[in-house]
Amino acid sequence: MTAPESPRNGQRSERAHKGAGAVVITGICGRLGKRLARRMHRTGPVIGLDRRPFSDRPRDIAHHEIDIRSKRVRDVFRQNNIRALVHLGVMHDPRGNFVEHHAWNLIAFQKLLEYVEQYDVPKVVLLSSGNVYGPRPDNPQFLPEESPLLGAGPFSEIRDLVELDMCAQSFIWREPRVETVILRPSHILGTVRNAPSNYLRLKVVPTLLGFDPMVQVVHQDDVVNALELALRPGARGIFNVAGPQPIALSRALSVLGRQTMALPHVLARAAVERLFRWRVTSFPAPELDFIRYVCMVDDTRARETLGYRPSHTIEQTLRAVDEERWI
Amino acid sequence: MERQTALARLADVARQPLSLSERLRLTALRAAEELRLKLLGPDFEQRVEHLREHYKSLGGDPFGFDPEMARNAAVVSAFFHRMYFRTEVYGIENVPKGRVLLIANHSGQIPIDAAIISAAFFFDAFPPRMVRALVEKWTATLPFVSLFFNRVGQVVGVPENAKRLLEMEELLLAFPEGVKAIAKPFAQRYQLEPFGLGFMRLAIETKTPIVPVAVIGAEEQYFSLGNLKWAAKVLNIPVFPVIPQLLIPGGQFPLPTKYRLYFGEPMHFDGGPDEDDAAIANKTWLVQQSISDMLRRGLAARRGVFF
Repeated sequence: MTAPESPRNGQRSERAHKGAGAVVITGICGRLGKRLARRMHRTGPVIGLDRRPFSDRPRDIAHHEIDIRSKRVRDVFRQNNIRALVHLGVMHDPRGNFVEHHAWNLIAFQKLLEYVEQYDVPKVVLLSSGNVYGPRPDNPQFLPEESPLLGAGPFSEIRDLVELDMCAQSFIWREPRVETVILRPSHILGTVRNAPSNYLRLKVVPTLLGFDPMVQVVHQDDVVNALELALRPGARGIFNVAGPQPIALSRALSVLGRQTMALPHVLARAAVERLFRWRVTSFPAPELDFIRYVCMVDDTRARETLGYRPSHTIEQTLRAVDEERWI
Repeated sequence: MERQTALARLADVARQPLSLSERLRLTALRAAEELRLKLLGPDFEQRVEHLREHYKSLGGDPFGFDPEMARNAAVVSAFFHRMYFRTEVYGIENVPKGRVLLIANHSGQIPIDAAIISAAFFFDAFPPRMVRALVEKWTATLPFVSLFFNRVGQVVGVPENAKRLLEMEELLLAFPEGVKAIAKPFAQRYQLEPFGLGFMRLAIETKTPIVPVAVIGAEEQYFSLGNLKWAAKVLNIPVFPVIPQLLIPGGQFPLPTKYRLYFGEPMHFDGGPDEDDAAIANKTWLVQQSISDMLRRGLAARRGVFF
């Protein structure tokens, strides 16, 4: 990384703010980002950072339509009194150029952390994912936060997501003045466009013959709740976020009334690999492990320390993938 | 329901002459009903219902236990438990409520002993309980096998899972001799291998009473002449037992020996889970000794291997 352009300490440190300041949300134009922004802007100023336009933006949200890597992000941090940074702007597109994404994700986050240090932002929240632990046959049924992040082993395309999490972890130690929070939610369901929601939205859902792991899902609004709790002063550290009690994959699919098609996993893997190459499906083959092995998180710490409780039942959480709303 | 219709049909038989085929059908129905009663006992459905209600009240089992699948498995294991191995169960009332760690001797080349212990808790204990055992990690990669194990309440053998099960007040079964003991040659039957120490640390840490279990009968179900070490090494499996009976047609099935299960008094241990190995080994030795005692007494009391 290049050295910061302006002197690090000095005139900026008096900006160390008490009381209300703005919350900067990167990736605000994603579906989860919008939901969080709508919740947050009622209680305090919100600044959005995203390359995409914010189409139906509430008036009091200041949105900057810029790339996070651009120099103008520094101006946002310099000119505003910022209370917290919520980093949702993680690029993950299985179809995109992996090398570019890797660099984009890590450089963007590194820059943001640099500004946080420089302008004394007291809080950073990173929305990582429970997927960084990876689905494995020898996983304990519930993974605590201390588990090794092995997700990128068989699925190297998520290496950048694991590194992002590591990056935030090292920031916890490097900058004890900043309250850094890493949230690792299990599969987020809702109107969001992520792999688990898309999978459950398929007309005919493929499953693996002879495998039916327990899965953990969490409603998008429960994740927003967890983000809000993480923004409270005093909260710091790594927290797994889980939804209601786990459910067998087959049960989840029958709750949604989906038609399923069970394939032997060798066949399914070969088929998905080809279909992905032909651009018929957007599911990379290693994601099949998520419907083969368990990857569930232990959210005891979030419950005890943050006071987090999922507010949606398992049925509500599952059905959330079907409700199409324009936001 | 079915029983009632069967009885109604029998009443019909008495009243009017029936064709031979119809009479045969009714006889078959009655025989099936009798067999069902003999195998599953009169209160089978209540037992299933009890388990169903128990796990429902807990909000479902996070490890994937499914009472419906367990019911089917119980029907199959009932055949082995009641008819094939004709298990005699002693002292199952010693097993306290709440979290319990069952420690048993392992034997018999294939883990039928675990299935029979589970069947005993399903059919002979009241209220019926589900035995949770830890299975080898690699079984999780096998289709159907992993699914079946999950649904009948077995969990992947990692220490975190064992601890969680005990904290959920479950009945956990462990074989501290490990996989080596199951493939003992016939000459070493009923001689215990040294116990691992992990179970004792787990019991102390979670304050769980230990119930020693002696399984008699499993050692004779397959005659293993020895262990081919080089073959095991080549195939990368823990042991390669030499079992001649597998070559005889039908010899693949275990011999119908008589199983006897002895449950000892619950043992409570205190101290710290981080004590050094010597201290833990002393406590482990007490458990091993109690199993070995029960084995000796059980073997002295039995009249034969098959009856």
